[in-house]
Amino acid sequence: MSPPRLADRFLTWFCAPHLREEVLGDLHERYVLRVQQLGEARARRRYWRDVLAYVHPEFIRRKPSQFPSPTTTTMLRNYLKIAFRTLAKHKGYSAINIVGLSVGMAVALLIGLWLWDELSFDQYHTHYNRIAQVKQHLVNNGEVQTWNTTPYPLAEELRQHYGSDFKHVVLGREEGDHILSVGNEKFTQRGMYFEPQITDMLSLKMVKGSRNGLKEPGSILLAESVAKAFFGDADPINKLMKIDNRMAVKVTGVYEDLPRNTTFHEITFMAPWSLYYNNTEWVRNTPDPWRPNAFVIFAQLNESADFETVSAKIKDAKLNRISSELARKKPAIFLHPMSQWHLYSEFKNGVNVGGKIQYVWLFGIIGGFVLLLACINFMNLSTARSEKRAKEVGIRKAVGSVRTQLIYQFFLESLLVVFFSLILALFWVQLLLPAFNHVADKEVRVLWSNPIFWSACLGFSLLTGLVAGSYPAFYLSSFQPVKILKGARLQAGRWATVPRKMLVVVQFTVSVTLIVGTIIVFRQIQFAQNRPIGYDTNGLVVVPTISADVHNHVDAVKRELLQTGTVLNVAEAATPPTEVWNSSSAFDWKDKDPTLSVDFPVVGASYDYGKTIGWKLAEGRDFSRDFLTDSSAVILNEAAVKFMGLRNPVGETIRWYDQPYKVIGVVNDVVINSPYEQVKPTIFHLSTEPGSTILLKLNPHSSAGDALERIETVFKKFNPSQPFDYTFVDEEFARKFGNEQRIGTLASFFAVLAIFISCLGLFGLASFIAEQRTKEIGVRKVLGASVTSLWRLLSVDFIVLVIISCVIATPVAYYFLEEWLQKFTYHTSISWWVFAASSLGALAITLLTVSFQAIKAALMNPVKSLRSE
Amino acid sequence: MRRSDLGEFEEVVLLAVAALSPKAYSVMIAEELERETGNSVSTGAVHAALQRLEQKGYLTSQLGEATAERGGRRKRLFTVTALGGRVLSDVRAVRNRLWDRIIPNIRLEWS
Repeated sequence: MSPPRLADRFLTWFCAPHLREEVLGDLHERYVLRVQQLGEARARRRYWRDVLAYVHPEFIRRKPSQFPSPTTTTMLRNYLKIAFRTLAKHKGYSAINIVGLSVGMAVALLIGLWLWDELSFDQYHTHYNRIAQVKQHLVNNGEVQTWNTTPYPLAEELRQHYGSDFKHVVLGREEGDHILSVGNEKFTQRGMYFEPQITDMLSLKMVKGSRNGLKEPGSILLAESVAKAFFGDADPINKLMKIDNRMAVKVTGVYEDLPRNTTFHEITFMAPWSLYYNNTEWVRNTPDPWRPNAFVIFAQLNESADFETVSAKIKDAKLNRISSELARKKPAIFLHPMSQWHLYSEFKNGVNVGGKIQYVWLFGIIGGFVLLLACINFMNLSTARSEKRAKEVGIRKAVGSVRTQLIYQFFLESLLVVFFSLILALFWVQLLLPAFNHVADKEVRVLWSNPIFWSACLGFSLLTGLVAGSYPAFYLSSFQPVKILKGARLQAGRWATVPRKMLVVVQFTVSVTLIVGTIIVFRQIQFAQNRPIGYDTNGLVVVPTISADVHNHVDAVKRELLQTGTVLNVAEAATPPTEVWNSSSAFDWKDKDPTLSVDFPVVGASYDYGKTIGWKLAEGRDFSRDFLTDSSAVILNEAAVKFMGLRNPVGETIRWYDQPYKVIGVVNDVVINSPYEQVKPTIFHLSTEPGSTILLKLNPHSSAGDALERIETVFKKFNPSQPFDYTFVDEEFARKFGNEQRIGTLASFFAVLAIFISCLGLFGLASFIAEQRTKEIGVRKVLGASVTSLWRLLSVDFIVLVIISCVIATPVAYYFLEEWLQKFTYHTSISWWVFAASSLGALAITLLTVSFQAIKAALMNPVKSLRSE
Repeated sequence: MRRSDLGEFEEVVLLAVAALSPKAYSVMIAEELERETGNSVSTGAVHAALQRLEQKGYLTSQLGEATAERGGRRKRLFTVTALGGRVLSDVRAVRNRLWDRIIPNIRLEWS
């Protein structure tokens, strides 16, 4: 019988409020008349027509307000004043709010800057999207290994037979340390030998000279910093230099230093490949140039080509050219795009399995969560507190505030707090950046002049402010002043606190997960550090030797070093004990499975090598001068014995490049490469060629500083051409843990911050609740409640929440960490006590935080709390 | 006084208000006009005209009582002001004078 509801709703929407009553009344009255005259159906149709007749400016236009409208700035000024007053009135809350949020923002900013740095890696190069490195997959006993290095004829092969897809193919020698000298001035610098097109490919920014510089045979390009170090402000072009004291070169160009976030940032000079080739005998005279995988090839594709199709095309470029023996490893050539060099560098069984990208994800997620925690705090505290302001809303409305004004006011207040936090956060970031760079081993800078940075900051602040401010703005401003001022309690209902509780659970779940993660990471590092490494790194020093000067007088050097009394043992080795550079596949032994393809790390060493590094022989004997035949003897490690399947290794003969070598001893496994991986089968042989390092065992009774000084004088005497340089093996070895250590440190840093932010929020909430229940506590005390029971009453809610968080966090943390640990062959196990300890820790911190407020409230004199009414 | 600001519909509405006084409000007027003219007249059109007339000072209004069929909403009752009355009689005088000048024979032809 009633007129169409929809029509009424439509009318109420468009019609000006002051006319609504009479218009609706008229319509309804007429509708009743029409029903009597025409029947209901026609009346309804007519009703719609009548409603539409009111769609007219006269009925839509709103009546101007009868109150004076002050200019916007006046009201804004008032809002600001009130906002400042509220902030100042509740200093504790304001501090918790601002500090908590700013810490969260600072963490997010730091991580954001770090991510920016990681993701923009190598983008310095203009042709970033078209450059790739040529790599190969080799099959070794059924396992696919991925090599960054290739044989050098491959470059020419690619140019000749697949040239249509490539703009440039550039061959190079892996980067290495070299001595650069001008007159008597010498520096050890890292550099690479390249074919000349590299300058175009990497779009080097030339400071002096041109990009054609490397086309001259005896030329060198210097990074700006190195040019400055050698020549100061003088013009370096056409100056003469020497590389490694033997190759004379002329400076033909100076390029701007490559920034830290590029793959080649450590390279400070480039010399032509032809120079290297002409001066390196073993490369020129190698019997089969396709055998040594010792060179790097970079390629720039043509505009029309894409990496995948070209990779498929060049897959067999090497296989088609090599001997049947090498072909057993089924080399498959492929392109690894520059955009993946840094973040997707790891291959497992021929498939890219990511790499650093997982840390990008990990820290991205952590940063997001820490920020989330801070925002949750902010929202929890501002909503909890806003309930206290209901009276203010009542008064404001009673004296004539319009709802929109209240909405503006609450939004402005929360925005103000967020912007204070942003400023504080930027301050934290600036303060923490040096320490952060140190830990993360980065050169991250705040992108002050980047508009993206600023819009992200401001956009985020705006969002947080609006989200956190929306509850008081929309909910509180809807109260009816009569009810509030009459003193009716806000009927919030039992569900009102549920979102707040859920947020607390989220916070503590994240925090507990982070604590567990930190403990596991450090336990894994500890586990690998405690692994027996098979030799003694204490007081072991490595001196790199680039020229052969020391080798030629090695006996004299040794004699003089021992005479100083600071050195116990001296040995020469092809590689430092923490690295392996050579490996060989040309091994054969009795009963070798012919299908087995091998690749043993090979360490060439002098007499006394074993004594110097302090390895332990399991069987047989060390190399000795007493046996002339030792020049064709080898020592195997236990892994090699196991791999070869030798029952009685000592005395066996193995063949290397068809030369017989006698096994004279077996050593306990020595950890050379990653401390997380299995020890590879390794072969040690007596080498007479110049090694690249001298190993020294210092006398533990002499001070290291004094010893090094004396050692330096000896080296200066025999090898004046090279600047004296040394590394301690234990430091070098510790560096193998660098990555994990870094993650551990950063994770613990974030875990501490997460806990801090969560507790800050909890502290605020606890004090708020204690304040809300002041009267209740007073009454309970009067009726005889003890302090303990009151303390329990106030704390138990929070404890339950934290226990729920621990229950959620345990499986989550277990899942992710188990996955992380599986990456390491040699890894610790996750034991239950880690979870128990983290949960107990979280509970203890919660109790401490909440108890402070609870006990304060419980100790209060009930007379004071009850008298106030 | 300008008389051109009184439209034909407005004039009719003004007349209706005068005729229905003191119970003149939009529904009544619309019904009355429908009955008199036989065309359908919406309350919206009448209401708009009433508002315009009130703005011009020919009408005044006040809120009347509420009834059940109006859903408890009050109605707005209109009365003609002195100015409105004078305008009406002016208009009528002009018409009358013109009517009087029509030759009776012609009038007979129309009927």
